[in-house]
Amino acid sequence: MFGLTALELARIQFGFTISFHIIYPAITIGLASYLAVLEGMWLWKKDAVYRDLYHFWSRIFAVNFAMGVVSGLVMAYQFGTNWSYFSAFAGSITGPLLAYEVLTAFFLEAGFLGVMLFGWHRVGPGLHFFSTVMVAIGTVISATWILASNSWMHTPQGFEIVEGVVVPVDWLAVIFNPSFPYRLAHMLTAAYLATALFVGASGAWHLLRGNDNPMVRRMLSMAMWMLLAVAPLQVLIGDQHGLNTLEHQPAKVAAMEGHWENTPGQGVPLILVGWPDQQAEVTRWKVEIPNLSSLILTHSWDGHYPGLKEFAPEDRPPVVVVFWTFRTMVGLGMLMVTLGLWAAWRRWRGRLYEGRWFLRFAALMGPSGLIAILAGWYTTEIGRQPWIIHGVMRTSEAVSDHSALTMSVTLVTFVVAYLIVFGIGTSYMLKLVGKGPEAGEDEPATAGDDPARRPARPLSAAPDPKEG
Amino acid sequence: MGIDLPIIWAVIIAFGLMMYVIMDGFDLGIGILFPFVPRREDRDVMVNTVAPAWDGNETWLVLGGAGLMAAFPLAYAVVLSALYIPLALMLLGLIWRGVAFEFRFKADEHHKPFWDKAFMLGSAVATFFQGASLGAFLNGFQTEGPRFLGGPMDWLTPFSVFTGLGLMVAYALLGATWLIIKTEGALHDRMVALARPALLALLAVIAMVSLWTPLAHPAVAERWFSLPNLFFFAPVPLLVGLTALLLIRALRGGDPGATPFLLVLFLLFLGYSGLGISIWPNIIPPDISIREAAAPPQSMGFALVGALLIIPVILTYTAWSYHVFRGKVRAGEGYH
Ligand code: HDD
Ligand code: HEM
Ligand code: HEM
Repeated sequence: MFGLTALELARIQFGFTISFHIIYPAITIGLASYLAVLEGMWLWKKDAVYRDLYHFWSRIFAVNFAMGVVSGLVMAYQFGTNWSYFSAFAGSITGPLLAYEVLTAFFLEAGFLGVMLFGWHRVGPGLHFFSTVMVAIGTVISATWILASNSWMHTPQGFEIVEGVVVPVDWLAVIFNPSFPYRLAHMLTAAYLATALFVGASGAWHLLRGNDNPMVRRMLSMAMWMLLAVAPLQVLIGDQHGLNTLEHQPAKVAAMEGHWENTPGQGVPLILVGWPDQQAEVTRWKVEIPNLSSLILTHSWDGHYPGLKEFAPEDRPPVVVVFWTFRTMVGLGMLMVTLGLWAAWRRWRGRLYEGRWFLRFAALMGPSGLIAILAGWYTTEIGRQPWIIHGVMRTSEAVSDHSALTMSVTLVTFVVAYLIVFGIGTSYMLKLVGKGPEAGEDEPATAGDDPARRPARPLSAAPDPKEG
Repeated sequence: MGIDLPIIWAVIIAFGLMMYVIMDGFDLGIGILFPFVPRREDRDVMVNTVAPAWDGNETWLVLGGAGLMAAFPLAYAVVLSALYIPLALMLLGLIWRGVAFEFRFKADEHHKPFWDKAFMLGSAVATFFQGASLGAFLNGFQTEGPRFLGGPMDWLTPFSVFTGLGLMVAYALLGATWLIIKTEGALHDRMVALARPALLALLAVIAMVSLWTPLAHPAVAERWFSLPNLFFFAPVPLLVGLTALLLIRALRGGDPGATPFLLVLFLLFLGYSGLGISIWPNIIPPDISIREAAAPPQSMGFALVGALLIIPVILTYTAWSYHVFRGKVRAGEGYH
């Protein structure tokens, strides 16, 4: 297809399917924790606003969760179907990590999800809260294992190669590999940020539409507090992550910076924008700040770090993509910090819930967390190329033997199905958001009913007319 | 001899897949039964009986995949890449039916019939390709180390089509007997009526597979019909016959409760054991054994600790969740 090789098609297929998969889980992670907080506040303060917000967001959570699950199912099989040589070679490490994820996280989420979504009237408030908390914990555990596995592929250690396969010798070293703590912290923070931005944007949008009520105000307010605390933290974590990457994957950092070579006696400038030219080995049309890159990455005025020319051409990642996705992420991160500060200032002046420009900005930033997450992953993953396990196995050695024809057919099928399913699903989610939270929807409509016989969640304020 | 890791892991994976067949079997079966139940209210009830459980049910499939990669990476690599097409189609089926659980209720009125069809077709497609993959697996793969030597469509044979259809029958029967437990009134009676022909069809499928595999694969015939073995394995077909008789009696009329469901589970367990006997000790038929495909002991041991400690806990809270949602589901009980 389009003259692409089977390898390229396999990479596109993986990138395409995982890109969908990361979006929904990021919201799942954030919303699950948000719901746990809302329910905890409701039990503690008995303020109905929290309960009504809980019901509102749990409906959206349910749709989102379903999409996270089905897109994840595909991932679990893709390692075998598309990357069979990788699996045969390193399944001894990624397999047990994935198995632990299933055992400790997926089952936990799935086991308590039923009660969380359908059990409001079936179990006591304590047990129900417990279920919500278990689901939230499950999402975090899940991220932990999969990021351990992914980080190991970036900074592998704790293994040896015996008869052509990876043999783990030290599991603690495998799991706590050098990039894992940074990646875990950065990704979890990213998930919370993305959710805060989404929740905040929903609140801002309703206020803009004149739908002003205590619930809408509360969700905007909670989201802006979260942003104020977490967005600057993310910048800090990201900076530390970058330093760690410089130590272990210097070619990736050189690509992110568009840095080709050091000039003796001179610091490395920070390139704000520009166009890296991989053939000519220069970055064109650049706007730069002298010495800043040295300062950030080496903490000295004219320190040096490896430029791309120090790596053989076949060991360099595709520079343009990495350079620009990195800037997208960092730029959005700065905008998030701005939004958090602006909100704090307006709150201090007692005007958080008015001001069209502020609300418009908050609404526009709704998807920015998810875009930054995608941009971050593209930086990380494309910056690792041509390796699938850094320094150990090349991506070209990992791919299954399918023909370009097979790969094209399956890719097209996946693309069509994903666009329909997740497109429609996302539109349902947005429609639910658009309806807005409603007060008192939880009062049992059929009170006096034997509670043990009610399977369902009378969550909706406007139930299906036929169901009454 | 210390702990025999490959064998323990083979048992765990077999158990996980068995759990999957049982648990996701009845909720996929509900989708397959949709065409026989046109009324929307009835369909809502059917879906409501599994809504709190389907995600947990499907997780057993993920455990099967992850366990296979952890314990038998070679088998994971070869079998999955050889079955790329049917597995991709199975996953697509699961996607459609998985989101349909939610979307059926969240959609605008005029979209709802579309998601009913997605639920039905997704369930049918996922089941068929699961069964076809199973058939292709029994047929075996030509391999050389981690390399699968066959072509992308090798999985498609008359036998695999037959096993695909056979699994649809099995899941439909599971679904019907599950609904006998969970529903009442006309829907309940309809399920009892549907269960009878489905049972006969399933018995025919079991008989066909039992004849077809030994005829096509001399090694399988050898396994079953050589002498001491014949005695050991004879109980399997005898028990199948006995269970079938009990089932036919249970489906005579009245409310049989949970009996038919449990009997069908036992029937599937027997069929599953039969397949296990046929391919043992291989994990990539016809000739790569569990031992040859095993991961290094460091991997198996590490994952085993988790499996042994955590699976009992999982079974406990899963049982609790089923307990919370016990009892019949009535029409008109709001879902969302
Ligand atoms: C940082 C988070 C994160 C990342 C990077 C990944 N996942 Fe994921 N995954 C989750 C976070 C998550 C989650 C939040 O835990 C989900 C979303 C919905 C759910 O049930 O769990 C999930 C669901 C989920 C499921 C469905 C589980 C079920 O049936 O309940 C599977 C099979 C996978 N994932 C597998 C993968 C694989 C093979 C990945 C790597 C290529 C991957 N995930 C990346
Ligand atoms: C969840 C967010 C993630 C996103 C958005 C993402 C994105 C990508 C992209 C775009 C590529 C293609 C790079 C290229 O070929 O140029 C890639 C490669 C890869 N990623 Fe990730 N990734 C994510 C997480 C993970 C995780 C958690 C794992 C492993 C457990 C993983 C394993 C891989 C593998 C094996 C490849 C190599 C195959 C390939 O080059 O396409 N990724 N990823
Ligand atoms: C503004 C300051 C930020 C800096 C300096 C920064 C830095 C980095 C760096 C250096 C990487 C690549 C690490 C590697 O591949 O080894 C990365 C990856 C990533 N970033 Fe950021 N980041 C920032 C903001 C954000 C924001 C706001 C988000 C999302 C809301 C985000 C999400 C991600 C994700 C999901 C990844 C991929 C996973 C990982 O490797 O951690 N980042 N970031």
